[in-house]
Amino acid sequence: MESFDQLVLTIILFWPLLAGLLVLMSNDEKTIKTGSIIASLLPLGLSIYLLFAYNFDAGGMQFDTGRIEWIPQLNASYHLGIDGLSLPLVFLTALLSTLSLYYSAGVIRTRVKEYFFLFHLLEMSMLGVFVSLDYVLFYVFWEISLVPMYFLIGIWGGKNRDYAAIKFFIYTLVGSVAMLLAILGTFLVTGTFDILEAAAAQPFADNLTLASLAFWGFFLGFAFKVPSFPFHTWLPDAHTEAPTAGSVILAGVLLKLGAYGLLRIMLPTFPNASVYWSPWLVALGAIAIVYGAFVCVAQTDLKRLIAYSSVSHMGYVVLGIGAAASVLTPEGLQRVAETLRVSEAAVADSAAMAINGASLQMFNHGIITGALFFLVGIIYERAHTRDLSAFGGLGAKTPYFYGLMMVAGFASLGLPGLAGFWAEFFTFRGAFGLVPYWTAFGTIGIIITAVYILWRIIQNVFLGKYDPARHDHWTTVQGQPVEGPTDVAFFEKVTLWPLIAGMVLIGIYPTPLVKFFNQSAVELLNFVKNLS
Amino acid sequence: MNSFELLAPEIILLVGGLLVFLLDVAFDTDEESGMSYAALTVLFLVAALIAVVLLQLHVEPEMAFDLMRIDVFGSFIKVTVFSAMLLVAIASNGYMSKRTNNQGEFWTFFLMVSVAMSVLASATNLVLIYVAIEFLSITSYMLAGFLRDEDRSNEAGLKYFLYGSVASAVMLYGISLLYGATGSLDLRGIAEGFAADTNGVNIVVLPAALLALAGLAFKASLAPFYQWAPDTYDGSPTPVATYLSTASKAAAFAVLARVFVVGLPQFQVAWVPILAGFSILTMTMGNLAALRQQSVKRLIAYSSVAQAGYILMGLVAVAATAESGMDGLNGVLIYLFAYLFTNVGAFLAVMAIEERVGSTDINAYNGLIQRAPGLTVMFTIFLISLAGIPATGGFLGKFFVFGAAIQHQYYWLAAAGLINAAIAAFYYLRVVRAMFFVADGEAAIKVDVPIPVQVSLLICTVATLWIGLYPSAILELANTASQQLLASMF
Repeated sequence: MESFDQLVLTIILFWPLLAGLLVLMSNDEKTIKTGSIIASLLPLGLSIYLLFAYNFDAGGMQFDTGRIEWIPQLNASYHLGIDGLSLPLVFLTALLSTLSLYYSAGVIRTRVKEYFFLFHLLEMSMLGVFVSLDYVLFYVFWEISLVPMYFLIGIWGGKNRDYAAIKFFIYTLVGSVAMLLAILGTFLVTGTFDILEAAAAQPFADNLTLASLAFWGFFLGFAFKVPSFPFHTWLPDAHTEAPTAGSVILAGVLLKLGAYGLLRIMLPTFPNASVYWSPWLVALGAIAIVYGAFVCVAQTDLKRLIAYSSVSHMGYVVLGIGAAASVLTPEGLQRVAETLRVSEAAVADSAAMAINGASLQMFNHGIITGALFFLVGIIYERAHTRDLSAFGGLGAKTPYFYGLMMVAGFASLGLPGLAGFWAEFFTFRGAFGLVPYWTAFGTIGIIITAVYILWRIIQNVFLGKYDPARHDHWTTVQGQPVEGPTDVAFFEKVTLWPLIAGMVLIGIYPTPLVKFFNQSAVELLNFVKNLS
Repeated sequence: MNSFELLAPEIILLVGGLLVFLLDVAFDTDEESGMSYAALTVLFLVAALIAVVLLQLHVEPEMAFDLMRIDVFGSFIKVTVFSAMLLVAIASNGYMSKRTNNQGEFWTFFLMVSVAMSVLASATNLVLIYVAIEFLSITSYMLAGFLRDEDRSNEAGLKYFLYGSVASAVMLYGISLLYGATGSLDLRGIAEGFAADTNGVNIVVLPAALLALAGLAFKASLAPFYQWAPDTYDGSPTPVATYLSTASKAAAFAVLARVFVVGLPQFQVAWVPILAGFSILTMTMGNLAALRQQSVKRLIAYSSVAQAGYILMGLVAVAATAESGMDGLNGVLIYLFAYLFTNVGAFLAVMAIEERVGSTDINAYNGLIQRAPGLTVMFTIFLISLAGIPATGGFLGKFFVFGAAIQHQYYWLAAAGLINAAIAAFYYLRVVRAMFFVADGEAAIKVDVPIPVQVSLLICTVATLWIGLYPSAILELANTASQQLLASMF
């Protein structure tokens, strides 16, 4: 089976592209839809296989394709591999892609062929970012992901889609080009495009100015994607205007690309610069948590509210990573230990926890916010508005929908027993042991999250008495006009149940998932420890 | 090989041009003969391309008549130029036959222009460079103004001529100063002359270089000498605009590289800031002007001005030795090669739409994906390549020139490139937006593309993606080419 293990990532990666090309050749709408859903099951199935086949004792990069020569003049190669960090994210990508395709088959009725082709292309590019171990390959997939998303927003988006699509593209492009310059700089001193080799070579280790330049080049690229405050302004527009499945993928996976980059590239490659700039990361993360939460409370558009909640929740990720970044060098570790008067071992523990929390938050935010965007899509398909003032008392009319929204909402605000809790717990526990003041400030965000979930969503939309006069234009999900709101249709239930089940399972028993993330967190910390 | 063998590509093209000319004199032109002239042109261009590939792509440098240096650098440029001319020639018969009866003349000039560019790619003697540039310019003036009955075409030709003749004159000053200071017309001789500095006249090098640069910058449409370009590209027949913005630019860059790298290497410290300034100015002016264009043809015209700025980045960051494989000059070559397919494709797509819809206004592109899906997808690939998104040739070019700039620690130059990339993406996406996001206008006409144009477009698309995805063969060639030229540095 060794040869299969070498091939499996390549199959996962290019299968969606193949499916997309087949979509282009077909002209029958039904064939395209069913075919796409079935095709997307293969990457999903294989990623589940990977979850079980990953060898924790060996650790590190597995299912490695080896370095296959691609552009010898640049020493760039085709090199894939996954470890404990990327594996769950590959699974998340495949899962959300399948669910999105399935959901889209129910609601997309115009330009079906293009839609499904672009979606497959998007899936490929996202998977590519998570599995690439070569900078050129990484960057190619990173940039390609912009193109299908741009079209998805621009063609199937809401009223303001033109503006949202171009804003999304230009903002993330600026970040990407900055990253490209940093990649080139790294290449020119290390002579390799291999991500792991470059990290081992420690570019600019003796020159903090240049290291900082490269650090900021990478950080801009990732921060625009995460998006970290203050680079987040494209997000509310893009998330709000994108079609439902597009929002799900944007929030569920695309934002994770940035956070993944921070962990995979920035911390191990530039530990010195990371320590130096970590206060900035921590501050940006904490501000994003609080600011994003407050902005949510003020929203009148349900989808925009969820969009801003992503800014707040991705702030946890940046906070966790920033906190861990502050102790990557022995000096940093010592400084933190002395300031807080704890042992260095305790500080190192906190760092591992902070990284675990950030990684968990990446995964959990993917399924929770993915579910929330599906839920917003469900109500939008019926009411054709997302204005919060149009809703009220829906709990009695659509109990099933109410129930799903409750679970997803509670998971989002971090109720113990659901997935979101563990991520918050780990992040704040880890970060508190490293940067207590900013972490304390960040906890304000948790309270405000409860405010907007409970008050703005649950109370506003579901509680109270249903008043038909508030909104009089209701249809079924197929578009037939009806008197009042109708409850969740079968295909929507099928879309949501895997996510709901995931939230509960991880909430009750997070160990298997934590095991993956912890593996790579420990490896990362050991890697930087062994540098000196 | 003797000098005549070394000049085989040029001789083939010259024979072809004269043959078409004689046939045109001997027979009356009608639709049939126009077609056969186009076919002859294609045939001779293919022959010249084959001659370059077979005879000159893997040679050690050799001098022909002591005026031209036949090296891989020149051959690379020739391949670029001939490919562009070939793609244009394949696609253009329909366009020209509709607009003029003098097709024999048109194709004669077309082949002669190719000769001029081919000579430029290899010339190392200042007088030959000047003559070749004049030859190229004069034939180009005539081609730009070829449609005598159209005001726009006349304007294009006249504008090109007026700017061009001033630029040539200025360049001649520069050349004579260089000659006066060093007593040599050969680029290498000039470098040696400056190195010896027997007359103590090295002081003239800066004015001389600046004056020569003005003429070359004009041909390459670099700011601040680019004002002719948008009007000329917009007004001249689209096939002419296409080669002016690609092949002609490639030839101009070849000369720029030779003059500065071979002729004035000791003064790199002096000319690098000047070229860097030109580079930033060119991309910024081109991009800012393109932002406001309503005509897609003009938009592409301004964008090709901006692209010249990026290409120049590579020349600014040229380095004699580079372990990383990014010596700047190979960036210029790769950029030019990728840009040729992308920009020829973009212009041909504009031409196909103009032919059918009768307009180049951006509103004519609304909802084009429904009316011409294949053409729209190809055009989108070209636009994405121009914007420098990966998996396309345009990305590879940017990758190399940015890499060279970073290697030299010209961070400000790279930063200017970054900002410009964002601006450029904005207007390229405006066109994409119209084609995909906007509903059909009232006058929605189905666009069908003639077969020859389809062929050219398809070649351009495949080449753009090929360079973007698997460039190692072309990189190898570009590396050899740049190394050979850099090795001849004094």
